[in-house]
Amino acid sequence: MSEVTGTARVKRGMAEMLKGGVIMDVVNAEQAKIAEDAGAVAVMALERVPADIRAQGGVARMSDPDMIEKIQAAVSIPVMAKARIGHFVEAQVLQSLGVDYIDESEVLTPADYENHIDKWGFTVPFVCGATNLGEALRRINEGAAMIRSKGEAGTGDVSNAMQHMRKIGGEIRRLSSLREDELYVAAKELQAPYALVKEVSETGKLPVVLFTAGGIATPADAALMMSMGADGVFIGSGIFKSGNPAQRAAACVKATTFWDDAKVIADASRGLGEAMVGINVADLPAPHRLAERGW
Amino acid sequence: MKVGVLALQGDVREHISSLITCGVNPVAVRRSIEIDQIDALVLPGGESTTIAQLSEVFGIYNQIRDRIADGMPVYGSCAGMILLANEILDAKEGQKSFGGLDITVRRNAFGRQVDSFESDIAFNDGSADLVHAVFIRAPWVEHVGESVHVLAAVDKHPVAVRSERLLATSFHPELTGDHRIHRYFIEEVARPALEKVK
Repeated sequence: MSEVTGTARVKRGMAEMLKGGVIMDVVNAEQAKIAEDAGAVAVMALERVPADIRAQGGVARMSDPDMIEKIQAAVSIPVMAKARIGHFVEAQVLQSLGVDYIDESEVLTPADYENHIDKWGFTVPFVCGATNLGEALRRINEGAAMIRSKGEAGTGDVSNAMQHMRKIGGEIRRLSSLREDELYVAAKELQAPYALVKEVSETGKLPVVLFTAGGIATPADAALMMSMGADGVFIGSGIFKSGNPAQRAAACVKATTFWDDAKVIADASRGLGEAMVGINVADLPAPHRLAERGW
Repeated sequence: MKVGVLALQGDVREHISSLITCGVNPVAVRRSIEIDQIDALVLPGGESTTIAQLSEVFGIYNQIRDRIADGMPVYGSCAGMILLANEILDAKEGQKSFGGLDITVRRNAFGRQVDSFESDIAFNDGSADLVHAVFIRAPWVEHVGESVHVLAAVDKHPVAVRSERLLATSFHPELTGDHRIHRYFIEEVARPALEKVK
């Protein structure tokens, strides 16, 4: 009996188990426990939430291994961590720590402005951000086992996540409507491998789980993304930058499960206190838009 | 036979398509009124702490626990196995299960995601064919009670067990396109149990 680790199936399968759930950014063990108690399906361990990275500026990097290990010790749910785009050594370090998923993330400062990490060589699975279908398929071609919309992290403004989910969904629906002999040109236009384009055209969905991220701050935001076809939700700054993190976290989990029931979302939205202050994406100068990182 | 798949969180869709292939008409269930109407239940893969918590928050924890105690046939994969176990090791503090299956299960016993694996294993349903099993941060069974039979094991750790009406696997047959375990649940566990009641 041979046991094989690190296959595409166990990597993609891990993401299947997270569906219908909320993954929360946490910066220490205490926050990780609050997230777990609130019903998070996983936590993302990082030193600064995107809102702080945005406010403080500078180069944002992989977190301190000590901090990641403290979070791993504090909770029983999966622990994810972020590596810089193209920084395969940060990814090797995170794999050696036994993190359950690596987010090759535009929230950190990219290490390589041309190439992403070759993710096939790793045992640990990767999630990558995308703003459109071509970008999602390029990441999957590099070995990503899960995709998330980029949105605009650290803003509390859901409009970019919405735009990315509509774009990805719309491009998938368009592929499904094409004749087989039109898929070659579609692949050229999407700048994505033909085999993946053909697969999406046939199945009407991405070959991996699609979550949403970037600017989700309220239970209604989470439900909105689920109704746009997201399989689940990442919430970054939205929880621990709000007035009552524990209650807001639990409320977002509820709204993600009952995304199609406005009464449940209404109940979950009551008395949550102050949401994160937020920044309108339109007010951000272009060089400060994280979603434009990655290619 | 009306089979429900608990749809609070996890890979609900995959279980539903496996069950359809087995010729039943499954429904996703989240509400008390929906659970009232089913004859058998599948607890999907997912995060056991999240599913248990949501079942309490939405007021269906007691109902599911009681229906299992009253003899409803249930199949649980991975998180579902944990939710069926009478006792959980390496649990989150205060983590509840529905219980009913006299086993002690250890969460994430095979390790973290980097240790997740696939393997062909023997499944003792009368066929000699191996079953392709996908283990993802999987639990194993450390102790089985007298009423529980071991159907499959990896390195001597039970990974598939059943009692008269309850079936649990620590692997995910819903991810492989091989519907043998679901068919076994429908034909060998749920149907005989429900016919006995009639």
